[in-house]
Amino acid sequence: MSLIESLPRIRGLRLPRVDGLIQWIVPLAILLIWQAACVAGLVPARVLPAPSDVAMAGWKLLLSGELARNIWVSFWRASTGFVIGGGIGFAFGLVNGLSQLGSKLTDTTLQMVRNIPHLALIPLVILWFGIDETAKLFLVALGVFFPIYLNTLHGIRTVDPHLIEMGRIYGMTDSELFRRIILPGALPSIFVGLRFALGIMWLTLIVAETIAASSGLGYMAMQAREFMQIDVVVLSILIYALLGKLADSASGALERLTLSWHPAFQQH
Amino acid sequence: MQEALRFLLPEAEPVDRADFIDQARLARRNSQTPSRGLALTIRALRKSFGDNEVLRGIDLHIPAGQFVAIVGRSGCGKSTLLRLIAGLETIDAGTIGFGEKTRPEDVRVMFQEPRLLPWARVLSNVEVGLGRDRASADAQARADKALGEVGLDDKRGQWPAVLSGGQKQRVALARALVSDPRVLAFDEPLGALDALTRISMQRLLERVWRDQAFTAILVTHDVSEAVALADRVLVIEEGRIAHDVTVDIPRPRRRGSADLAALEGSILRHLLQSGDDPSEL
Repeated sequence: MSLIESLPRIRGLRLPRVDGLIQWIVPLAILLIWQAACVAGLVPARVLPAPSDVAMAGWKLLLSGELARNIWVSFWRASTGFVIGGGIGFAFGLVNGLSQLGSKLTDTTLQMVRNIPHLALIPLVILWFGIDETAKLFLVALGVFFPIYLNTLHGIRTVDPHLIEMGRIYGMTDSELFRRIILPGALPSIFVGLRFALGIMWLTLIVAETIAASSGLGYMAMQAREFMQIDVVVLSILIYALLGKLADSASGALERLTLSWHPAFQQH
Repeated sequence: MQEALRFLLPEAEPVDRADFIDQARLARRNSQTPSRGLALTIRALRKSFGDNEVLRGIDLHIPAGQFVAIVGRSGCGKSTLLRLIAGLETIDAGTIGFGEKTRPEDVRVMFQEPRLLPWARVLSNVEVGLGRDRASADAQARADKALGEVGLDDKRGQWPAVLSGGQKQRVALARALVSDPRVLAFDEPLGALDALTRISMQRLLERVWRDQAFTAILVTHDVSEAVALADRVLVIEEGRIAHDVTVDIPRPRRRGSADLAALEGSILRHLLQSGDDPSEL
């Protein structure tokens, strides 16, 4: 029997509880190999510290309270910027998706602004806001705005017109039509926007914090570079990875919750 | 194979009993039991899309409770006529009268696509059909009853995505029936179904039409379907009613019987003669 033939059997045998752990096998294996390589002296500690050293550095920062404070500051910036930019993007997406006038009025302008890389605005933003919170929130909000706007707009415009006609035939009012047909129809696309936006959110925040900040994870990493604390630098990078994964899992859970009707999310 | 056989079984049902029931129903209908359906009077109806005049003066009276099939080539205007009757398009000239005042719930349409909300369970999809009565206390009970009529009681909690094409179309039928319509317009409702499902759906349509006694208007390109179901077949050509054929074959009609085949043949000949290129059909 070939390997391919035996695959379904293996899948049939797997235990549901183990299933959720499978995704962590590869990251754990990488950590183990990394640790082994460092212990064996294959990688000099000045290039890449061992995971155990990184964990130690993290522990020390945790005890001093510095780690929690910096994570909290970054999380606050990310989420506040996300809510502001995502909220405005969603509102524009709704208005332009539902109203011809709104779309004619603002869509062209927004599409022009979209083509400016928002990180190119950093010098301007520093001149405007200095290095205080507003600068970071502005950049995150701007970065998050477009994926949410574009995907909300696209979602609303691609709702099946047959369903809308059906809703009208069955006497739905405009608000019912929106609540029962347009919004649920646009939701899968809005979630695509949400995931894109979460990625851009971290990217923007890290860049902004690395360039102009006096707290936060990006600042912590830059500070550590000054003092050649390579373990702290690596720690920051790992925390970004974890936070990114966390945000993605959260949006995935939200998706499963609200899109349970979708064939892609149905349990077999 | 078992499945397919079971599917075919109803056709082999003892004809005598079915005939008996049918006679009883016919007697009830013939004894002047007032139909719940609405009569329909159409006068000099015209409709254009841009420069293209689709309907060029339709005059038509449909008595209450009649089952009318409308056939014709693609683009002859049959779907447009149906959409005008259902109020989905605006009338350019002429009138469509229902004999008495109608509520919006009195006229319902069923399309070729089921048009179910994928994010609503089967039962709430049926509840959509209640129109303004959606919020009433008995909404769920009425939706359940309509689902029972199409034989899908056990699917009430399912998502539409897990249903077969025929089942989806039955949910759409339940949604159209739930408000007790007095006119039901069908726009190729079986066009996308496979042959076997089509036959069982045709039976279902005939049964609910008899039980609920609404006026039925069926647009189809399938002449055999038209003669099997309808009291009357209208052939539309170039925006006008070219032939008005009464189907006086007693129900239940035996599929493939000589009468039906003869009638189907004569209607097909009408259609073929009218075409510039007979090979098109």
